[in-house]
Amino acid sequence: MKEAAVTRERLLGLAETLYDQFQEGTVPYLALPSRTKRNIEYDQEGEVWVYGDQESVRSVKTVRGAKSVLKTSYLVELLINEHLKNNRGSTLREIYYISENWDVAKFGEQAESDRLVEDLEILTSLLREDFHVRPEEDGATVFGPLTISEKTRRGEKTIHCQEDVGEAGYQIPFNVDNVEFKDHDAKFVVAIETGGMHARLIENGFDQEHGAILVHMKGQPARSTRRLIKRLNEELSLPVLVFTDGDPWSYRIYASVAYGAIKSAHLSDYLVTPAAQFLGVQPTDIVNYDLSTDKLTDQDLQALRSELTDPRFATDYWKEQIQLQLKLMKKAEQQAFAGKGLDFVTRVYLPERLSEMGMI
Amino acid sequence: MVIAEELAKHQKAISVAEFFEKNRQILGFDSAPRALITTVKEAVDNSLDACEESDILPDIFVQIKRRGEGFRVVVEDNGPGIVGSEVPRVFAKLLYGSRFHALKQSRGQQGIGISAGVLYSQLTTGRPTAVTTKIGPTHRAGRWELMINTATNEPEVLKTEDAEWDRPHGTRVEMEMEGSYVRSRRQSIYGYLKNVAIVNPHARITLVEPDGNVELFERATDRMPRPSYEIKPHPWGMELGGLIKMLRYTEKKRLKGFLQGTFSSVGAIISQEICERAELDPEMAPQDLTHAEATRLLAAFKEMRLKSPPTDCLSPIGEELIRAGLEKEYRVDFVATTTRPVAVFSGNPFQVEVGLAYGGELKADGKVDVLRFANRVPLLYQQGGCAVTHAIENVTWKSYSLTQPGGGVPTGPAAIIVHIASTNIPFTSESKDAVADVPEIVAEVELGLKEVGRKLRRYLSKKSALSERKEKEEIIRKILPRISKKLAELLDRDEPDINPVVAKIMGNLLVKRSVASENGETFVTLSVANYGDAARAFKLHETVSVEAGSVEPPARVIPLGDGYDHLWKVSLRPGERQSFKYTVPSEGVRFSEPVVEGVPSELVSGAKAVG
Repeated sequence: MKEAAVTRERLLGLAETLYDQFQEGTVPYLALPSRTKRNIEYDQEGEVWVYGDQESVRSVKTVRGAKSVLKTSYLVELLINEHLKNNRGSTLREIYYISENWDVAKFGEQAESDRLVEDLEILTSLLREDFHVRPEEDGATVFGPLTISEKTRRGEKTIHCQEDVGEAGYQIPFNVDNVEFKDHDAKFVVAIETGGMHARLIENGFDQEHGAILVHMKGQPARSTRRLIKRLNEELSLPVLVFTDGDPWSYRIYASVAYGAIKSAHLSDYLVTPAAQFLGVQPTDIVNYDLSTDKLTDQDLQALRSELTDPRFATDYWKEQIQLQLKLMKKAEQQAFAGKGLDFVTRVYLPERLSEMGMI
Repeated sequence: MVIAEELAKHQKAISVAEFFEKNRQILGFDSAPRALITTVKEAVDNSLDACEESDILPDIFVQIKRRGEGFRVVVEDNGPGIVGSEVPRVFAKLLYGSRFHALKQSRGQQGIGISAGVLYSQLTTGRPTAVTTKIGPTHRAGRWELMINTATNEPEVLKTEDAEWDRPHGTRVEMEMEGSYVRSRRQSIYGYLKNVAIVNPHARITLVEPDGNVELFERATDRMPRPSYEIKPHPWGMELGGLIKMLRYTEKKRLKGFLQGTFSSVGAIISQEICERAELDPEMAPQDLTHAEATRLLAAFKEMRLKSPPTDCLSPIGEELIRAGLEKEYRVDFVATTTRPVAVFSGNPFQVEVGLAYGGELKADGKVDVLRFANRVPLLYQQGGCAVTHAIENVTWKSYSLTQPGGGVPTGPAAIIVHIASTNIPFTSESKDAVADVPEIVAEVELGLKEVGRKLRRYLSKKSALSERKEKEEIIRKILPRISKKLAELLDRDEPDINPVVAKIMGNLLVKRSVASENGETFVTLSVANYGDAARAFKLHETVSVEAGSVEPPARVIPLGDGYDHLWKVSLRPGERQSFKYTVPSEGVRFSEPVVEGVPSELVSGAKAVG
């Protein structure tokens, strides 16, 4: 987190740039990296995917561009005069509602205001937390042999993520940088896509047996979840394994943990865990374990083909797996293991897969 | 008895009337609504043809009244009237007419039309048709009651009498028939007359509907269409049977003379050449040609290089009148029209005219309206089987800003009108509903459609340029001032001057004055930049309360009552800029806003614009 003064200065710098453009007679514009699949490249040093050199320019020459610049100035005013000055904050959704009073600068939908907040992060090289902007809680949780302390409004709390929490686990706060890791007895981290599999592993005592920290991602992981996974990996030197369904959408969940998301590639350094490995369900598992499957839909096929041209998936491993799946024309859920018995996943699949990966 | 003899007992000639009695669908009397439409159509066609031939502006009155189970149809015109001795045969003998043998652009061709109506009337109600006609103000009007003898195809006059009629001349037909009156569809009497009015803007047509409602289709012009005239047949258009008939009945004594005198585009030299090619003696009597010789003659016709038939015999509506006709009957935003040059198929001259109406009250969803006309007669039925429709389907409308989902007739708020004029319209059937797919005609229609398509595309792109300008005005009026205000508040500074940015976005001429003072002197620079994409020539006025010094470049100075106007003549190419400098004392000098003379005010930023 940056000091409020630094944040204020950078936001004002943005306003100043636009002001000067008017004064110089330059048609005001904001240049941002273009946020598409074609404009992400691998950063050797950070081992993550970041934006390339392609820029999209938002110029007041068009009504769309002009409105976007106007909205940017309103948003900057809100952040400086309401948030930073009074040390308060709003959620992304609240910002959308605040814009009701902005007349022609009103946001059409929340996706638009969310995007503009991300744009401001890129333009100022800051995080939305610096602007005192919060996401809505998404309920992702951690369960495992880990002791943390969290700064809350009622002081610092120390929590053991098995003993001091209920069945649901420890809920990840939106600002993970308020959490400190105190102690742990873990060998690795498993990040799980679905609640069903998360609960299955807890019920079967997998965390205790193998010394695993189980992170429930709740689908596509929020920033805070990805930040927490990265910190577990970096600060505690724990390997990270991503366990999802075996379909194209789940591979994207893995990609956002290990490679970075296209939408938030400007935060890759902060959020991405390059060492994270894909555990499964792999298309080869569908064959090897003879799992119950569903047919690929047209959307699935489109997504798989799109992944073949996605630079993040341009490795031999992924090409092989995706090609195989296109041949099988099938996908499998994590829950498919239950068809072999409730213990199958913890007794057979995970031990085999983990020893294959050199974890146990 | 031999079988053939037995059969011969049952063979007898059938009259044309009997034949049509059994095949009335061929003539367009196949359904109750259509019978009424066809009757009105035939009567109105006759009236329009007669008026045009006599150079009279048509004034036609159509009335449909309920009469018992059926209807009473009245069609009255101000035409030349019909000579008494002709009346029975014109109305009560099928295939009697003046136009069947004439190669001339006219609405009726076969001489079937109105007598088929008479026939239908007597078949469905058993009542005679009443005709009143008057050939001039000094003549008395005559009234006939007529029926057709269906066995002999001869008229039967039930009654004939003198009548009183206040019209100076004209014809009135009254008949009763079964039928049903529809209104809402295009295929209705109302729809038919509306279309007639579009392509006959010189006609006034009044329709009184069964419920008493009166519709007036007022004329849009007092100019008569150019009269069409009769031409001789062209050799290329001949068929063997016709040729043999003409050879037999000609009054010419020699083949050479027959060829020269009967056909268009055939003179002495050509007629000699045809005979040589057909290996026939030019001096022989035309009546003596054998069937084989006539066949050779016809073959020689087709091999000859001939001039096209005369083309000035046709009477196109004209682009102006098509436009007037369309604008009279539709409220639209845009009309494009074209009249193609005369072309020829099989020796028949023809000419295509196309009009396209866009926007206004036309519906944006669904296929465009297609209005087909042949010799100024609307074609209401069998649209799918018509050469005009096929030509429309052949055009790639996407290139002309109309969508064409799945091919076929395009969609959008448009109406397409196609008129074909010819001495011989090739219809697909006797009911004259659709034009046959003659390649020359389809090609000409396509060319005409593409011409109006290009005009539509130009119109629409101009319109979108206009909306782009509007969009830009929204930016400079509503958005930019708010941005600059917000930025100024945030930074706690004065609002920035947005004029230079406005000039760049709008492509305007920008005038900016900058001032610097030193040692009691003020140095003024007026910089002028042309951000437009056209060169600008104008006068720049700078009015100051004192006369300026060190003026560079030199200006004309005009003393005013309370100051001095400094005037420069400036000419700037796109992207070019120029500075004008002068000095004034720092104390007690008043400036006014710079003035640009000779550029429209919406194209100037940072200065006042005058005439």
